[in-house]
Amino acid sequence: MEFEPVIGMEAHAELATKTKVFCGCSTAFGAAPNTQVCPVCLGLPGALPVLNKTAFEYVIRTAIALNCTITEKTVFDRKNYYYPDLPKNYQISQNYACIGYNGWIEINVNGEKKQVGMDNVHLEEDAGKNLHPETGGAESLVDLNRAGIALMEIVSRPDMHSADDALAYMETLKNLLQYLEVSDCKMQEGRLRFEVNISMRRKGEQKLGARAEIKNLNSMRTALKCIEYEIKRQTDILSNGGKLNQETRLWDEASFCTRAMRSKEQAQDYRYFPDPDLVEVHIMPEWQEKIRRQIPELKDAKLARFIADYGLPEYDADILTSSKPLATYFEQCQKFHNNPKSISNWIMTELLRELKCREMEPDDCPVTPRHLACMIKMIDEKTISGKIGKQVFSEMLTTGKMPDVIVMESGMSQILDEKEISAIVEKIISENQDTVESIRAGRDKAMAFLVGQIMRATRGKANPQLVNQILKDKISIK
Amino acid sequence: MSLKRISPDDVRHVALLSRLRLAEEEIPPYTDVLNSILEYFAKLNELDTSSVSPTSHSIEMRNVFREDIPQPSLPVDKAIANAPEVEDNYFRVPKIIQEM
Amino acid sequence: MDIHTLTLAEAGKQLKQKKITSRQLTQAVLQRLKSVEPQIQAFLSIAEKTAFTQADEADRRIAEGGDISPLTGIPIAIKDNICTADAATTCASRILENFHPPYDATVIAKLRRAGVVFIGKTNMDEFAMGSSTENSGYKITRNPWDRERIPGGSSGGSAAAVAADAAIAALGSDTGGSVRAPASYCGVVGLKPTYGRVSRYGLVAYGSSLDQIGPLTKDVKDSAIMLNALAGHDPQDSTSANVPVPDYTSACGKDIKGLRIGIPKEYFAEGIDPEVEQLVKNAIRQMESLGALPIEISLPHTEYAIPCYYICAMAEASSNLARYGGAHYGYRAKNAGNILEMYSKTRAEGFGTEVKRRIMLGTYVLSAGYYDAWYLKAIKARTLIKRDFELAWEKTDIIAAPVVPAPAFKIGEKSADPLTMYLSDIYTISLNLAGMCGISIPCGFSKKGLPVGLQLIANIFKEETLFTAAYAYEQSAGFFNRKPPL
Repeated sequence: MEFEPVIGMEAHAELATKTKVFCGCSTAFGAAPNTQVCPVCLGLPGALPVLNKTAFEYVIRTAIALNCTITEKTVFDRKNYYYPDLPKNYQISQNYACIGYNGWIEINVNGEKKQVGMDNVHLEEDAGKNLHPETGGAESLVDLNRAGIALMEIVSRPDMHSADDALAYMETLKNLLQYLEVSDCKMQEGRLRFEVNISMRRKGEQKLGARAEIKNLNSMRTALKCIEYEIKRQTDILSNGGKLNQETRLWDEASFCTRAMRSKEQAQDYRYFPDPDLVEVHIMPEWQEKIRRQIPELKDAKLARFIADYGLPEYDADILTSSKPLATYFEQCQKFHNNPKSISNWIMTELLRELKCREMEPDDCPVTPRHLACMIKMIDEKTISGKIGKQVFSEMLTTGKMPDVIVMESGMSQILDEKEISAIVEKIISENQDTVESIRAGRDKAMAFLVGQIMRATRGKANPQLVNQILKDKISIK
Repeated sequence: MSLKRISPDDVRHVALLSRLRLAEEEIPPYTDVLNSILEYFAKLNELDTSSVSPTSHSIEMRNVFREDIPQPSLPVDKAIANAPEVEDNYFRVPKIIQEM
Repeated sequence: MDIHTLTLAEAGKQLKQKKITSRQLTQAVLQRLKSVEPQIQAFLSIAEKTAFTQADEADRRIAEGGDISPLTGIPIAIKDNICTADAATTCASRILENFHPPYDATVIAKLRRAGVVFIGKTNMDEFAMGSSTENSGYKITRNPWDRERIPGGSSGGSAAAVAADAAIAALGSDTGGSVRAPASYCGVVGLKPTYGRVSRYGLVAYGSSLDQIGPLTKDVKDSAIMLNALAGHDPQDSTSANVPVPDYTSACGKDIKGLRIGIPKEYFAEGIDPEVEQLVKNAIRQMESLGALPIEISLPHTEYAIPCYYICAMAEASSNLARYGGAHYGYRAKNAGNILEMYSKTRAEGFGTEVKRRIMLGTYVLSAGYYDAWYLKAIKARTLIKRDFELAWEKTDIIAAPVVPAPAFKIGEKSADPLTMYLSDIYTISLNLAGMCGISIPCGFSKKGLPVGLQLIANIFKEETLFTAAYAYEQSAGFFNRKPPL
């Protein structure tokens, strides 16, 4: 019996607004506990919410980009449940009239294009953070700085059928949200979070099996592992004639598996009803149009522009525009120093390798566009060689120092003085007469050995073009 | 609509949803009084509301916003001043069990 | 001279003319308060020390002769569900016993800027859920006219304090009649402004779509002075109306010739005490003699108002009161082993019986499988009730009605059966469902010497019409000169 997974996803993205969704508290990440709270987001008696216009518009912008139908009259509802990170013990969300419905997004799975449908896009408030004691302590600690941050929920249709589909969906969605400039999507800071719904069905059948809802996925890698695990778990149970329960499961990073949190039978009854503290929001066509016009340049347009304006090969432009932060990084470099192809090469090799292995966003990298552009400028001006450049790059990465400072402090600047280089070349020739003879006899490859000796003697600082030139001259003159 | 009386189990369920611990001996009197109130409320069933739209706000208003401009937050000592228990400026609560 | 008996208008005038100081006035009011408090039990906290500081500050302002408001230096009492920064705000609930909000309600901030002297916080039904102030978690307030009887609720402390001259004026809140009913029972003037006229920011929510802060005063003009100070758009309350605020005092003194007074026949049907009916009808005749034109109108959905109101209010309350669980502020039960136990024990120990009943019913009508049959049904009925009034406004300028079916009942008389208590709200709740404004003014006394109120109702944002009619009636009737026997 063959089973096919049916996967749907709920994405929660914290919006990139300066203030929370219903009050003026800052949304800056990493503040000391309970320092970004006020009567509203603390849920104090008597305090009332007032909607952040920018947050609302960001959700409209996203809904438009996801090809949704925009709801004319939207309302906010209260979702009632008790949890200490939810100070009012209800969450302001949207249930009866979300901002957008029935959209779709195109994903590319290993070269194959697919569409994933969107059920709805809506706006709600984030909860605070609970710190659970690691060592079985009896108490938990609550920080409400995050409580009330604008949270956009994007609910997909169960249109995905493999871990690859899900990964492509997550990457495409993250990419789009970054391009829309509605969220920085930093998963490591919890600004973008995914929940997965998985069920299995017999191939060729329409009927869905019991669904598991998995929470607590804090990176795409985790989500991927969890989907793979869950597909296997469910397939195993079904293949052995077992029965699955509709349930919520938690991904347990430590033991690398999912475990049941609560079954749907004892599910919460959220008692949604319209929030009397907030009024209807009517999204008139003119407003929608205005927001549509505010949508920033998206990937395809940027790619075309990178080719046209910077003369980059399509391959380069495609990689550079693969994420909005990376494209921005490139353009910032270009502002400091005009050499698009060289900047592109450095980004595609050194920078991307380091970002990937550090799981870091470009704007969090200690090598800022200013660092990189300045270093490339030094190469272009022949202050350092490309090879030294690589050393400088890794030094910038660890110390965050500017390249000119690094070069000055470690005396890495290039030797461009012909006399100085000639003296070294002569010394190496005299120490390697045999090699010189073999070159003269036609073994050109032995040149590389001599160049290597010269570079070593200058600790890589001699200008390679000059070394080659002078070496050739000296050998053939004799 | 026929009206089903609420049972002691319904009362227990609603009390759990409401996070109100009721002693076993409180269940019957609550069941009685809630039923008598609901019986009276059921008068609404005399009304035909099939073509009536709901009113959740008394005055019709729409599109009320604030601009995305930061305002000062409370000083942390004021934010936690009313807390029953605190630790290092965090609110401290009994252990959170997932299966609730 | 007993300056604590002054009306707000008179006291303001004497302060401005420097015949009295705010310190003298505050002293007199606090003295009166202390002497009558053992009999009426109207206050939950008295702010003597800060009151004198505020009085001295007011006196300085008056001496400097600069920016003086009609409220500068006036001692006022505040219902204990309105947040006052750093001073206890308990909503008469054990669950907020030691709660000191770190912020002022918008109305408090406004009154502070006007130079008001805050003398204390008044008793009420817990979280404003009740019609008699017997549901307080702390004490039972007594009617100054007969201490065996209730002062009405839920703003019973504020009404009793004003009736007893223990405050020059007071703030209450009205979700289904909680300002107007106690005003009627205590023989003072109580105003429920249009929903959105006065900011709710800092008013501890009971039924958010119904709640509105309103003043309790000794006469109609004082009510207009108070509304001048309270009304206005507040960017912190999304439901606050961005509508210009007229000078309400200038509406007092206009004549009512040709003013159409609608008399809803459903409000004079069965259930009304004959004495109350007589007094209200006398009042309407009196207004007719002043040139008003009474006409009979119909509000056909009146009989559905009570279930409709209670379902809406309880549903909202069940969610509004969810936050009192002991996690971040307020009471927390001892010895809770886990979070579920903390919530359930805290709420069981912290809330009184009526509050628990309403939370459970509100939870029930919103819960899965029951939403459509109960909550949705009720908010549809609300549309019908609202429509009744909209049709009425085509025929009339104002509606005259009783406030409550009978004069103040005895303490304990209705506590056994919550439903009988709910039924006493029949004439006041429709307004809240429709968002309109209403005022209760004394219109006479029962044979037992208990005050009876006349309710005038006007369309949204028509408070001026209310004041014109109420003032004209009050001036010709003159009942407000009678004082309770304390």
